[in-house]
Amino acid sequence: MADGADPRVKLPASAAPGEVITIRTLISHPMESGQRKDGEGNVIPRSIINRFTCAFNGAPVIDIAMEPAIAAAPWFSFDMRVPEAGEFRFAWHEDDGSVYEVTKTIALA
Amino acid sequence: ASLLPFRASAAAEDAIAAFTGGAEAGSGGITLTAPQLARSGAAVPVSVEAPGAVAIALFATGNPAPGVATFTFGPLAGRRRVATRIRLSGSQEVVAVAKMENGSFTRISLPVTVAGRGAARQAR
Repeated sequence: MADGADPRVKLPASAAPGEVITIRTLISHPMESGQRKDGEGNVIPRSIINRFTCAFNGAPVIDIAMEPAIAAAPWFSFDMRVPEAGEFRFAWHEDDGSVYEVTKTIALA
Repeated sequence: ASLLPFRASAAAEDAIAAFTGGAEAGSGGITLTAPQLARSGAAVPVSVEAPGAVAIALFATGNPAPGVATFTFGPLAGRRRVATRIRLSGSQEVVAVAKMENGSFTRISLPVTVAGRGAARQAR
């Protein structure tokens, strides 16, 4: 597990039924590509967040498969149509099997 | 000199074919936004949108490994749009390929010039 991975999510506290909202997510992570070498010429092993998912009341919103070409501190902005009030579950999956999760709720305006 | 044609590597075309299952990708119905000139390749902002797409894959054709990310949209996705920041090991063409609801594919590419050297090292 990377030290201090700090997942963050920004979304509105409420939305009108059927409204499309923008969700922004960020996690602090070096996304070590596995292609760099240390000072002695040894390859630094790959260690990245390889998958991110967002679900709302159990239904998938987006599922992102990541390669090392995603920049350090993976950031995403995407859109979602809000059908009802409910709970978001965000999950970031790391190469070593660690999963970082965030839940957020949204109310109907 | 900066206007030399960008060429997609064989590895990139293989990665794209793996996403499309070998199907020919058309054009249109997809937009890709990235800076023409990036000061650094360490975190280049890109945005892609394809109305009606079920998935969009991004490729950096000049990187040592061309795959960048695959975005799969669920039924609750609003606009079929994603923005993120990617690593580019140098000036190259960025390609986005969308899989549409009817199973067809559409693709778009955009040349990005990366200035500076330290970025290339980080991106590798």
